[in-house]
Amino acid sequence: MMHETPGQVGHLLIIISFITSLVAAIGYFMATHKKEIGKGSWTSFARGAFVIHGLSMLSVAGILFFLIANHYFEYHYVWSHSSLNLAKEYIIACFWEGQEGSFMTWAVWQALLGFVIIKTNKKWEAPVMTVFATVQAFLASMILGVVFGDLKIGSSPLLLRSDVIKDAIYLINPDYIPADGTGLNPLLQNYWMVIHPPVLFLGFATTLIPFSYAIAGLWTRKYKAWIRPALPWAIFSAMVLGVGILMGGYWAYETLNFEGFWNWDPVENAVYVPWLVLVAGIHTMITFKKSATALKTSIILVISAFILILYSTFLTRSGILGSASVHSFTDLGLSGQLLIYLLFFLAVSLFFAARVWKEIPASDKEASVYSREFWIFIGALTLCLMAFQVIVPTSIPVFNQIKQWFGGISNIAVPADQMRYYSKFQVWFAISLALLSGTGQFFFWNKMDKKKLRDALSMPVMLSLVISAIIFLVAKIFNPVYIAVLLAGIYSITANAHILIRLLKAKKHKLTGGAIAHTGIAMMLIGIMFAEGYSHPISLSTMTVRHVWSDEQNATNAVLFLNEPYRMEQYEVTYRQELVRAKGLDGLVKKAFLHDTNDPYYKVVKQEIVNNNITLALPGDTLYLPNPENAYYQVEFKHVENGRKFTLYPRVQVNEQMGGILPSPDIKRLWNRDLYSHVTVLPVFNEEVEWSEVEMKEVSKGDRFFVNDYVATFNGLERVKAVNFAELGANDVAVKAHIEVMAENGQTYLAQPVFLIKGGRVAKQPDVIREVASRFSLEAINPETGSVTLGVNTTQKDFIVLKAIVKPYINVLWIGTLVMVAGFLVATRRRYIEFKQMRDRGVE
Amino acid sequence: MKKSSIIGLVVIAIAVAIIISTSADASAYVTFATAKEMAEKGQTKMIHVVGKLKRTREGKPTGVQPAADKLSVSFLMVDEDQREQQVFLNEPMPADLLMSEQVVVIGSYKGDVFVADRVLLKCPSKYEEKGT
Repeated sequence: MMHETPGQVGHLLIIISFITSLVAAIGYFMATHKKEIGKGSWTSFARGAFVIHGLSMLSVAGILFFLIANHYFEYHYVWSHSSLNLAKEYIIACFWEGQEGSFMTWAVWQALLGFVIIKTNKKWEAPVMTVFATVQAFLASMILGVVFGDLKIGSSPLLLRSDVIKDAIYLINPDYIPADGTGLNPLLQNYWMVIHPPVLFLGFATTLIPFSYAIAGLWTRKYKAWIRPALPWAIFSAMVLGVGILMGGYWAYETLNFEGFWNWDPVENAVYVPWLVLVAGIHTMITFKKSATALKTSIILVISAFILILYSTFLTRSGILGSASVHSFTDLGLSGQLLIYLLFFLAVSLFFAARVWKEIPASDKEASVYSREFWIFIGALTLCLMAFQVIVPTSIPVFNQIKQWFGGISNIAVPADQMRYYSKFQVWFAISLALLSGTGQFFFWNKMDKKKLRDALSMPVMLSLVISAIIFLVAKIFNPVYIAVLLAGIYSITANAHILIRLLKAKKHKLTGGAIAHTGIAMMLIGIMFAEGYSHPISLSTMTVRHVWSDEQNATNAVLFLNEPYRMEQYEVTYRQELVRAKGLDGLVKKAFLHDTNDPYYKVVKQEIVNNNITLALPGDTLYLPNPENAYYQVEFKHVENGRKFTLYPRVQVNEQMGGILPSPDIKRLWNRDLYSHVTVLPVFNEEVEWSEVEMKEVSKGDRFFVNDYVATFNGLERVKAVNFAELGANDVAVKAHIEVMAENGQTYLAQPVFLIKGGRVAKQPDVIREVASRFSLEAINPETGSVTLGVNTTQKDFIVLKAIVKPYINVLWIGTLVMVAGFLVATRRRYIEFKQMRDRGVE
Repeated sequence: MKKSSIIGLVVIAIAVAIIISTSADASAYVTFATAKEMAEKGQTKMIHVVGKLKRTREGKPTGVQPAADKLSVSFLMVDEDQREQQVFLNEPMPADLLMSEQVVVIGSYKGDVFVADRVLLKCPSKYEEKGT
């Protein structure tokens, strides 16, 4: 039965939320115009409209979630992003897998943030919420899904599949409902897909708050006052956005196989750039609060951060990056709408800024070289240059497009080696930032002159030189760039730690945010330097694994044959078995113990599954595999000196949506390094494997024979009632042979080839046991001698090709991330308290 | 000179350096003929070539050969000058390759084979292809 009602209700709510956001914008506009504060007829009216808007948006989100959770595949969004077999915890991930859902996540966050603003502000409510409601109107229009003739406004996530797909089946049966959805991309079935997108969108949404305050300040001519309420939000936003970006990096490191956490892909750059600009803006805002300089710069930076978020949304969703990014983006036909969204707010910002630019107070006197303002300004400038260096090449596709509009032809492409290209610039900017953040802190707390500065700096400088020298000798760093990174990083850490200790001694722990955040960033810098600069493969090989590979690839990928140890640095590495994950059984199950059925999600147990002397499953049991596309390769690492062992389970996913086979690493985290290993090549055990000539063996029940140097026993025949490759009729006969093969470590395997007589014709289904590299078939049954003829083919031993990489001190990066977040939190709290105290005194 | 002017000049200098360096490092969209010429001159820089898969008259792609282990693929591509070229990609075959409208390969020549580092695909709208 079609469930049309929730979709219709939802669609109505989308329209209501769109209209009420416009109404709220107009109401708040009038309230600002009439200079209403807190109470007033326009304010109450607009507030009411915004509350209705927010509640409708939340209800739409609730409806979409309800549709996904109940598997209503008549809805296109549900059908194309979820499936029946999807684990419950990923239902929420389907919500934001698609573009429509991610717009909605963004809009829901902003609606909630709007509520917070209404609750916490008095004087600022009307002008700030005018901007808010306008932005919400644009976002709501993205999911509006209204068509006027050729003009399509928005793409609704609540459309029925029959409205989206022109499928012949709907001519025959308009009420056709697909039995199952196409599912969530298996690569995204990861807990990060549950956490990362909402955090990132909260980051996007929060950049709107400082922007709204800035516009409100320009509009109401309160050029200075907007900074105080905007600052805590700006810091909070930078924290959330930063966490969102780093989560993405961590996810990539943990799940993808590109051996790193950052790829300089346009999608990543598009969020990195606004983050840098926002952080620069925070710094100039702080300077302004202290010394009434850099007001204009703050206004420009805060506005730019938001505009850059819109620009990045345009870049990633308009399809303009089509031939520049590895991520595929489908243009939902919203590119025009996205462009209007971007240009509208750009125009609004320019209008409000230009209108009053001359009135904005600016200090005439030049900042002294010994003043904090000067150095913070240089730091902000460095951040902006850093952003500029990334945005220019990322925008090459946009330049090409613009040139084409003017009739030109442009053949510039983004730099092919992105990693090298971006890193070579960014590293120097980062070094400068580390030096500035170390030194700048001293200016923050004291009026400085040459002598005082020398006194204050001598300790941290000496200390950092000593520490760097020790690390330099121990870690054997000879690359001049890395030495510079190390020195700058250590200097920043010691200088900031120094300040931190002083603040704590003076019991001013509320003010420690900056010092903590800077320490975190410097740690991240050092962590990145080690993890990227000194990552090295240990899976060295002299064998040509694949002819098509470069020499370097062949030299760094090792072939591991089943149960044969391979030496990698101080480890003896052994490939043990191929495993799959089955529901209800704790841990992983040996794939060789399972039979296929016609449904890939279900397997029948062939051999008893025992773990720690507890029988988990008996032959004949059916197991459910929640993710049959995933296989895990147990690889044992044994330290040759101390004999300690650990096991990694790198994963290989057969992913049709992503085009084949996707390996994911497994990482052993040691305190001073990560051991990152992933499977790069798998033997394919089907007809493409080269088998030996078939060898015929006539055996009777209980006979022992050799197969590929393993001892095998024929344990007789069994008549079976059903086989998975054919339907059995009343007169058909199917027989299964039981062959037991004894392999290494006392492990036994069962081979069960099937012999079938169907309609007078013979069919055979061989059984492949990868672990003994053999294929068994039941060739003939000889009733006269009571024996059977088995056909045995053998092949090369089972193997995997593994690449193992050591990433030294990568934990410094992750710990640095947490430290940075802690610093941001302390700073947000401090600035929020400042705002609250002043607001309660009536000075908002 | 005022400090702010010096800073301004330095910033402009860095910005100009960034732009110049970007245009120096920027790759280019070229044809196979140009790419081959560049490779013969010893330029190893990776470039972008835009084209289509080679197709039969019925529109079926021909010359797409995934490796036995499915981890790499080699295919025939026709660039905008209609020059045909064998391209090798050391990655599993992208799912949309066979139905792509346009293929962009990023890489360089190794001998007579164009070795692609990455492949970017433009596919017909998602909603048309998925009909069952």
